[in-house]
Amino acid sequence: MAVLSFVEIADGKIKKASVEAAYYGSKVAEGLGTDSVAVVFGTADAATLAALGEVGVKKVLHANDARFNNFDSKLYTKLLAEAATASGATIVVASFNHNGKLLAPRLSVRLKAGYVPGAVELPVFTGNEAVVKKNVYSGKASAHYKVATDVKIISVNPNSLSPVKTAGATAAVEAFAPSVADSDFTTVVKSVDKITGTIPLTEAELVVSAGRGLKGPENWGMIEELAKEMGAATACSRPVSDVDWRPHHEHVGQTGLTIRPNLYIAVGISGAIQHLAGVNGSKVIVVINTDPEAPFFKAADYGIVGDAFQVVPQLIQEYKKFKAAH
Amino acid sequence: MKILVPIAKVPDTTSKIAFIDNNTKFNPDGVTFIMNPTDEWYALVRAIELKEKQGGEVVVIHVGLADSDPIIRKALALGADRAIRVDADPTDAYFVATQIAAQAKEGAFDLIITGKETIDYNSFELGGMIAELLDWPAVALVSKLEIENGVATLKREVEGGTETVEVKLPMLVGAEKDLAIARIPNMKGIMSAKSKPVAVVAATGDTKLTVIANYALPDKAKQIKYISPDNVGELVRLLHEEAKVI
Ligand SMILES: Cc1cc2nc3c(=O)[nH]c(=O)nc-3n(C[C@H](O)[C@H](O)[C@H](O)COP(=O)(O)OP(=O)(O)OC[C@H]3O[C@@H](n4cnc5c(N)ncnc54)[C@H](O)[C@@H]3O)c2cc1C
Repeated sequence: MAVLSFVEIADGKIKKASVEAAYYGSKVAEGLGTDSVAVVFGTADAATLAALGEVGVKKVLHANDARFNNFDSKLYTKLLAEAATASGATIVVASFNHNGKLLAPRLSVRLKAGYVPGAVELPVFTGNEAVVKKNVYSGKASAHYKVATDVKIISVNPNSLSPVKTAGATAAVEAFAPSVADSDFTTVVKSVDKITGTIPLTEAELVVSAGRGLKGPENWGMIEELAKEMGAATACSRPVSDVDWRPHHEHVGQTGLTIRPNLYIAVGISGAIQHLAGVNGSKVIVVINTDPEAPFFKAADYGIVGDAFQVVPQLIQEYKKFKAAH
Repeated sequence: MKILVPIAKVPDTTSKIAFIDNNTKFNPDGVTFIMNPTDEWYALVRAIELKEKQGGEVVVIHVGLADSDPIIRKALALGADRAIRVDADPTDAYFVATQIAAQAKEGAFDLIITGKETIDYNSFELGGMIAELLDWPAVALVSKLEIENGVATLKREVEGGTETVEVKLPMLVGAEKDLAIARIPNMKGIMSAKSKPVAVVAATGDTKLTVIANYALPDKAKQIKYISPDNVGELVRLLHEEAKVI
C-alpha cells in the first residue's frame, strides 16, 4: 500500500502546485499509516527530487527520460497508471492545475477509480470509504464527495493548504522505467510562449488587481509598482482586458482565470458576481473602492473606502517601510 | 469532418444557491438553467466555425431529462445540425462520460470539443474521461484550434504562458476562452432548430464511481474590517500581524 503523488517539474524546479500535492499525499499516507511516494516523468536533477522529503515524501520514482519532458495526457495516463501499479498505490494524488485537471480524470477511467477533482481538505476515512470536500458553484458552496472504490484519485486545489516543511529531510530517488511504444506519444510540442518577467497568476500567492475604477491604462503604473514591491502578480477585471487596457491573460473571473492566492487586493473593482467567481477562494481579500456600497466589500476581509489614486501610492510607501523593518 | 460537442445544463451564474433534502440536493426553485457558458461560447461555436470553413457535421450531445429541451434547441439554433439526448439523470461524471463515449464510438467522430468546466461542479472531469474511454489523445485549456489534413494545431494554456502543440485526429479538445467569439442565435437559426432532429436514446449501463454525500454553504458572511484611507499603514500591519499573509 502507498499514496502516490504526481509531481511536475518546470524550469528545473518542482512546481508549487506539485509541492502542495506531494504534501497532501504525505498527510494522507500519514493518516493511513502507509508510505508517501512521488512520481516524476522527464529529466530532473536528483537533488531537486530528493528535496521532496521536506514535505514527507519517502520515495521518488523517477522516469528520467527526455522523451517524457513534455506533457502528453494520453502518454502520461499510461505512465501514471504503471507507477500506481508498481508502487501498490491505493490513493493517487495530483494537483488540480493545468495538467492535473486533464490527467486525473483520464487515470480515473483507466483504473476505474473514483475521482474527486479540486479537493480543498484532507479526506476523512471510514473503512474503505473516503469523504473529500471540494468547492462547487464557483466557491459559493462546498460538496462532500464519497468514494468507495479500491483505488481513489484526488486532485488538490492549488493554494488550499500550506505545506509544512521539514528542512533537510530527503526522499530516496529510484529509477522507474515504464514500458512505452512509439504509438503512446500523441502530442508534439511546436513552441512555448512564456510571459517572462512576471509571476504566473495561477501560481502567485499575492495578487494585486485593478478594474475600471482606474480610468485608463496609463494609470496602471502604481498597480505594477505595488505588485513589484510585494512580489505579487497583477490581475484585472474583464472590462479592462476587453478594451485592451490590460492583456487578456490577466483577466480573472467566471470567464477568465480562477485564482486562490493568499492575498487578493482589488482596486477600483465593483465586485460583480462574475468577477467574484474567479477570486472568492482567496484566503484574504482587500478592497479599495470609492463607493462604500460597492458589492465587493461584502466579500472582503479588509476594506478601505477611498480613492485609489491616493490610497495606492500610500500603500506602496507603507509597504516599503514594512519591508525595510522586516 | 464530424464533430461532437457535449453540452451541460447548469444554473445561471446569478442564481441563488440553496440546497434541500438535508443538503443533499440543489434547490432548483426559481432558478434559470442555461447551457454551460464555455460549452456554448467556445466549444460549440468553434465546432460550427470549423464546419462552416471545412464542411462536415456538428452534433451536440446531452445527458439529461426532457426538461433540457430548451438548451438543446438553443444549440441547434446556433448552428448544430442535430442532437442526441441520452435520457438519464447526469449524476456522476464517469456515468455521463460513458454515455457520451458510447455515442461517440457509434457515430465515428473525428473530433470532440468540450467546454472548460461546468459552472456548477467546477470539476473539469468530463473531457479527460471521455478521451480515455475512447483511448484518444486530448488537449485541454485550448484557446486556438486549426485543423489541416487530419492534424490539429492547438494553443493551450500552461503556467505562465501558452504552448503550441500538434495532435493527429481523432482527438478531444477542451476549450478555453478565446477559442471562438460567442454568437447569439438569429431568427433563421431559431426557426430551423424546430425541425432539426433530436434523437432520444436510453442510457447504457449505470456504473458510478462517486456519490455526493451532501452540500454546505459557507458558515457566515465575512466580517469585514474597515481601515481609514488616512491610515494605510494600519492595513499593512493587519495583513502582517493578523491575517499573516505578508
Ligand atoms: C456572462 C458574464 C461573464 C462575465 N465574466 C466576467 C469575468 O470573468 N470577470 C470580470 O471581472 N467580469 C466579468 N463580467 C463582467 C462583470 O459583470 C462586471 O461588469 C465587471 O466585473 C465590472 O468590472 P469593474 O469592476 O472593473 O468595473 P465597474 O463595475 O465599472 O466598477 C468600477 C469600480 O471602481 C470604483 N471606482 C471608481 N473610481 C475609483 C477610484 N478613483 N478609486 C477607487 N475605486 C474607484 C467604482 O466605485 C466601481 O465600484 C461578466 C459578465 C457577464 C454578463
